[in-house]
Amino acid sequence: MALKNDNEMRYGNAAEIHGVKFQIPHATLEKNSFKRADEGDKKQETKSPPVSPMCSPPASPSNYQRILLNYGYGKSRSGLEQQHGVPYEARHSTNLQDGPATGNYGSKSALVHSSLSRSLSVEREPQDSSNYPDDPWRITEEQREYYINQFKSLQPDLNSFISGSVAKNFFTKSKLPIPELSHIWELSDVDCDGALTLPEFCAAFHLIVARKNGYPLPDTLPETLLPDYLQPASLKPKRDCALLDSYSESLPVSQQTRDFNRTETSVEEMPDKSALTQDANSDDNQALNISTTAKTIPKDFKPSQHLSFKTVVQESNTLKARPRSRSYSSTSIEDAMKKGEEPPTPPPRPQKAHSRASSLDLNKIFQQNTQAVKSGWLPPPPALPPRPFVSQGPHHVTNTEPVAQAKSSYAEFRLKEQTEQVSEIELQPQMNRAPSQTEGSSPTRKEILLTQPPSKPIRRKFRSENQMLENQELTPTSSMTSSLPAVKPHLPAQNRQSSKQKRAIQTAIRKNKEANAVLARLNSELQQQLKEVHKERIALETQLEQLRPVTVL
Amino acid sequence: MAVCIAVIAKENYPLYIQSITTENELKFHYTVHTSLDVVDEKISAMGKALVDQRELYLGLLYPTEDYKVYGYVTNSKVKFVMVADSSNTALRDNEIHSMFQKLHNSYIDVMCNPFYNPGDCIHSRAFDNMVTSMMMQVC
Repeated sequence: MALKNDNEMRYGNAAEIHGVKFQIPHATLEKNSFKRADEGDKKQETKSPPVSPMCSPPASPSNYQRILLNYGYGKSRSGLEQQHGVPYEARHSTNLQDGPATGNYGSKSALVHSSLSRSLSVEREPQDSSNYPDDPWRITEEQREYYINQFKSLQPDLNSFISGSVAKNFFTKSKLPIPELSHIWELSDVDCDGALTLPEFCAAFHLIVARKNGYPLPDTLPETLLPDYLQPASLKPKRDCALLDSYSESLPVSQQTRDFNRTETSVEEMPDKSALTQDANSDDNQALNISTTAKTIPKDFKPSQHLSFKTVVQESNTLKARPRSRSYSSTSIEDAMKKGEEPPTPPPRPQKAHSRASSLDLNKIFQQNTQAVKSGWLPPPPALPPRPFVSQGPHHVTNTEPVAQAKSSYAEFRLKEQTEQVSEIELQPQMNRAPSQTEGSSPTRKEILLTQPPSKPIRRKFRSENQMLENQELTPTSSMTSSLPAVKPHLPAQNRQSSKQKRAIQTAIRKNKEANAVLARLNSELQQQLKEVHKERIALETQLEQLRPVTVL
Repeated sequence: MAVCIAVIAKENYPLYIQSITTENELKFHYTVHTSLDVVDEKISAMGKALVDQRELYLGLLYPTEDYKVYGYVTNSKVKFVMVADSSNTALRDNEIHSMFQKLHNSYIDVMCNPFYNPGDCIHSRAFDNMVTSMMMQVC
């Protein structure tokens, strides 16, 4: 008995599995089992293990199918991101070693398995041996349940369709290559409407699971995956069994009904096929009539008409000339078209008012500055040479003194101009340096301190500090050099001028600061806009790449 | 019957081209390519006002000594070009017409596959089978 040998083969596999906690990838395992089944009866006989069927581990006929189911679970888990941490091998081994649930599965599936193991070990065997050959294209009950649940997750109404794009996203999660998925779709979408009914979905899912297990894809849809075969059977167990408790009871019932349907279909197929081969050679119109009438029938439950329709479809695919419902299939194409036709709106143009105006403002500010400079003072000397002079001022006391004396005679304002031109950044460290150095105050340093325009809040402090310092330093400076007293009388006169100059400088610097702040803000805004534009550009480029057609030849 | 069948996209690049391999394939490719001009001519000759009424089947595009070239355009400007053997005189116009209908239907089936992106080359096995059946029908 070939079938018994098949069962023994599977039991043998189970025995192997039980013996070894294995990490072998299941695809190869299943391939081996399947190949052995394929090799023929003779080889199976020689390889049959000594384990007797009756005392074999439970539910082994459904062993590989459970493996398939596990794959299905694994795939969906990864796709749907459910409790996923457990690798497949661990799950399978634990499942085989004990029926009851582990934390790896959902409890539901484990309970299903346990109930199956109890109920199927006796009941299924005779039925299996008589009706179910080792057929990877046959969907078992638990697989069907699983597929139905997956269908429900995508489309709550079991009588309705899953649209093409939704199905595409779902099946893409299986990580099969796109050409294979395309072929699977071709096989399973029998009516070619770009949408999957429940039986079509089950067929597609089953094909994907099989493919993941390493089975090569068939060129035509196997009989057991045909929608007409699946449809009446798929609904009855759904209706009859409550999933967990009454499962074992309803199983034989459902199987019997399925057997009945199967025999019915097989009986009916034969005369239909013979009749239809004649039809296939006849006019297209007849096929049209059959197909149009079949289309008008709601897609539910008239097995005989379904059969005739489906067999017509199956055999005379080339004669199809029926009207098509495009509502489901057009979405992806329309989307692609729309993407091509409507380029995204260009990014908002940056407001030009800012750039020019700000620069104008700056210009105005500078002009004011220079005018303010020019109003009472000499034209500003070049900044470079005096800068080291200025920076060295706090450091070198002795050097600056004579220079300070020379300077003080006619051009304290010269110093002021220099300091004005010095950037604020430089000023501030100088300012920071200045109060920190109280070693000995040269008059030039004092002058610098006085004339240096400090930053706003600090300025006043420094000014007061400077004045304080000034007052404090007056006494120490008097002790330092004799030239100092000569400098002293300059100070009060200097003070008046310096205050005016200070004010002017301070206003100028305030305006500079404001302009600086405005510019800095502008800069950041423009940078952001630039980034956004870059991003949009990249997005457009990728879109263009996607839409660009592949040129051949 | 048909020695070469080609599906040309809107932008005039081939989505699918298949010929009976007994002869020089490039010759048929070249023929199909040159026939595109005639197709465009026929399309533009209709004028824009008649786009809705435009006949999909263009008929005989041009005959040569060895073979005849027939054309068919869909509403989305996808062109089907068929090169048929001239020696087969039994081939009538409405047969060619029905063959193009079949091609069109198979092409629609390919389009319905959500894994097929419009503009890709057609790799569908069902489509291949249909085309080979059409080519082998008489040969």
